[in-house]
Amino acid sequence: YSLPVLYKSDNGGVMKEHLWCRSDNKSSLFDVSHMGQIRWHGKDRVKFLERVVVGDIDGLSVGGGCLSLVTNAEGGILDDTVVNGATKFGDMKHFQQQMDEFDGDVTMEYLGDTMQLLALQGPGAAEAVSKILPNDFDLTNMAFMTGTETTLDGIDGCRITRCGYTGEDGFEIAMPAEHAESIASKLLEDPSVNPTGLGARDSLRLEAGLCLYGHDLNETINPVEGALAWTMGGPKGRRRAEGGFLGAEKILKPDGKLQKVAKKRVGIIGMKAPAREHTEIYDAAGEAKIGEVTSGTFSPCLKKPIAMGYVETQLSKVGTEISLKIRGKMQKAEVTKMPFVESRYYRVPE
Amino acid sequence: GNVATVGITDFAQAALGDIVFVDLPEPDDEFEAKESFGSVESVKAASDVYAPVSGKVLEVNETLTDEPALVNTSAEDEAWFIKLEISDESELSGLMGADAYKEHCEKEAH
Repeated sequence: YSLPVLYKSDNGGVMKEHLWCRSDNKSSLFDVSHMGQIRWHGKDRVKFLERVVVGDIDGLSVGGGCLSLVTNAEGGILDDTVVNGATKFGDMKHFQQQMDEFDGDVTMEYLGDTMQLLALQGPGAAEAVSKILPNDFDLTNMAFMTGTETTLDGIDGCRITRCGYTGEDGFEIAMPAEHAESIASKLLEDPSVNPTGLGARDSLRLEAGLCLYGHDLNETINPVEGALAWTMGGPKGRRRAEGGFLGAEKILKPDGKLQKVAKKRVGIIGMKAPAREHTEIYDAAGEAKIGEVTSGTFSPCLKKPIAMGYVETQLSKVGTEISLKIRGKMQKAEVTKMPFVESRYYRVPE
Repeated sequence: GNVATVGITDFAQAALGDIVFVDLPEPDDEFEAKESFGSVESVKAASDVYAPVSGKVLEVNETLTDEPALVNTSAEDEAWFIKLEISDESELSGLMGADAYKEHCEKEAH
């Protein structure tokens, strides 16, 4: 895929694109057509989905969605995904294998090159997207993590979901591939909308405490280690009690409580220099290695370095002092909670 | 001895993008030619910076701690990184002059 890291314009560059996304009345447009979109069919599709992801799919209301995790038989995470009324996944080979073993009626329709995906994120995203939605579309009462089919700029067969990867209000919109360019161009006619690349996308999601699969999550990490146990629902929830997804017995005890884990994903702050992926984490004395950074950057909003990484569970409490080995020198830092920048997900007014 | 003022070029700063952090050594630190003496960082990535000649650090540009963006606006003037006491002047002959460098950059751009 040919996706830009940044755009060269007056409002371009990672720093400017990042700050624009969090600015009042402004929004950022991302080309996220590299993301897979899958539509599931068959009367047993929910049962199948609950085998391959940890979330409460049966409990989703019409149009409702949730962040979920695809697991393997060891309880490791194969990918993260948003499952909603129309779904979005990776790793279809895994699904195909599971489908082969599944006794029920389910088929997977990969929307591949027939549909494209754009993301519009920022305080001004609702205002900007309203211009291409039908006049009677009720954005005010559209809740975070819900989606629906709609026309976009008059084009049928589109879908809009109120979700995103920046911590701001925003939408992911899917449209037939042949109309993606015209819809993107239409959105960009609005001077409050700024084309934004993957560089800013990464720094925005890191400020929001969101994981990047392949860096903060991988097959060797389970949902509890990843601080993502909430994707399995609350302690008294159905999925915790029933399990039933691949690897559940490696993650949950029979009573639904979480098995103890040796390491946990944490936020890290306080270091003078940026700490990038693979930076070694040591204890406060700088003697024992206790973990590793999996993502790090200089936060454009906070104007200081932030990072995400894994440390031994007993040293994962917020406020724990740690050391980072950056360019051979130990730097003081501490465990902090995430998100680093407060999220502003949309709430429907009472 | 001779003192070398070391930094990055305007061509380099443009290629790196917005600089948010510069990691510099301490006075009296010693480096061999081509050895990394620090880094210059954008939001996206860190880039090592290399000593063009061997020497000992005499002075470090403290301004860059508070104003890393100076590297973007004044790479070849106010945003020098370190001053090095050159230990082997013969190493200077291995460096490109200003015209040769300009030509080199123009070729790189294509």
